[in-house]
Amino acid sequence: MYNAGKVIIGILIFLGLFTYPIWSPIVLGKAGPPPQLEKPDPAKGKVCVEATDYMRSTHMSLLNNWRDWVVRDGNRIYTGLEGKKYNMSLQNTCLDCHKSREKFCDRCHNYVNVSPRCWECHIEPEYKQQQAVAWRSK
Amino acid sequence: MNPWYSVLISLFIVIGLVLIALIGVGSIGLNSLFGVYIPYVAFAVFIIGFIWRVVEWARAPVPFKIPTTGGQGKSLPWMKHEKLDSPFTTGQVIVRMLLEVFLFRSLFRNVKGELRGGPRLTFASSKWLWLFGILFHYSFLTIVLRHLRFFTEPVPQWVQLISSLDGFFEILVPTFFLTDAAFLLAATLLFLRRVVIPQVRYISLPNDYFPLLLILGIGISGILMRQVFHVDLEKVKELAIGLAAFSPTVPKELGSVFYVHLFLVSVLAAYIPWSKIMHAAGVFMSPTRNMANNNRAVRHINPWNYPVKVHTYEEYEDDFRAKMKEVGLPVDKE
Repeated sequence: MYNAGKVIIGILIFLGLFTYPIWSPIVLGKAGPPPQLEKPDPAKGKVCVEATDYMRSTHMSLLNNWRDWVVRDGNRIYTGLEGKKYNMSLQNTCLDCHKSREKFCDRCHNYVNVSPRCWECHIEPEYKQQQAVAWRSK
Repeated sequence: MNPWYSVLISLFIVIGLVLIALIGVGSIGLNSLFGVYIPYVAFAVFIIGFIWRVVEWARAPVPFKIPTTGGQGKSLPWMKHEKLDSPFTTGQVIVRMLLEVFLFRSLFRNVKGELRGGPRLTFASSKWLWLFGILFHYSFLTIVLRHLRFFTEPVPQWVQLISSLDGFFEILVPTFFLTDAAFLLAATLLFLRRVVIPQVRYISLPNDYFPLLLILGIGISGILMRQVFHVDLEKVKELAIGLAAFSPTVPKELGSVFYVHLFLVSVLAAYIPWSKIMHAAGVFMSPTRNMANNNRAVRHINPWNYPVKVHTYEEYEDDFRAKMKEVGLPVDKE
């Protein structure tokens, strides 16, 4: 092999770059476990608006459709699983069962690095309570 | 080979690969084969094949100094030396190489000759290939780096920054990435270039069309997965981190489109070492690009040179000294 020194340096750089996902958890600390989501109160019922798999993969499109249907068409009734009717509302329907943004929404969103803009307009109930408590204790 | 035949055969292979993944996962349910084993084999083939190719190249001797030059070499002091187009020192070679790798300078310098109606041939700068090429490579790079969010926990700040810049305009939900559009556009244009321009079509083979169509397939399946047939990203990330830690868990319910995407990526990875995509390493290994144009200043020793058996004049004289003296020829040594 000619210019062995330079070629080996090049190969090592290539290996270092392409095996980054393999060595980075060993060097920089092990990857955290997948997020555990807070289950809603069983008293609220066991089913979501749609099937769990559908909700896990497609909730953002559902919410986006809700936004359009409510804001643009003035339609607030959504017919979900088994013909059950729901009020199309993030704060009043979704967050009624999934109480905590931090323990439900954010855990997955942070894990896969997405930052939806829901919370620039909507307010999560726990946050509202915290604010009230904080204000009272002043 | 007939160019249309080349296009069609490449297209059929890519469609076949998509069908293999769809049937393998969707109908037969070989989730662990397509989710774990094929990606591992493909990655191993990629890494080992890549190194093997580079070592093979490094083993090939370079008998002559053959840099490609595009300007005045270093000469008399009053002649202007084009340092980048005819590098004389290693430093100049490195600068030329960096400009080539990061900015595709040789494509930027492209000149095209055309008979534009008139009898005279007109030469004009033609930057289309450079534009498509640089768009394609940088969007591909950005997309690959963005995918690190599936392999790292926590996701590094710079990956988050790239993603947020890429989705800056927040078009659609989930946000449509600008590089996805640039990537599809550039890959399509690079493909059309090979189909539409007769001269380029004439020299194009299946190994030109296949990688382009495969990469287009990867891009289209990825965009479909993000925008249309959503998959559970949390499960995708679990699989990715499991693969990187060599303890994969195969998720049961992940959409077929994910497996199509992953299978096409695996095929691309395994194909790279045996394909023209090796230009990534080849640009560094090319004697025409990594040597300085200093033939007259620095002697290049041909590694093929073997010790040539020579017969010097001294030895000749030793052989014939007596006879030379006899006929009165002058000799160096008495």
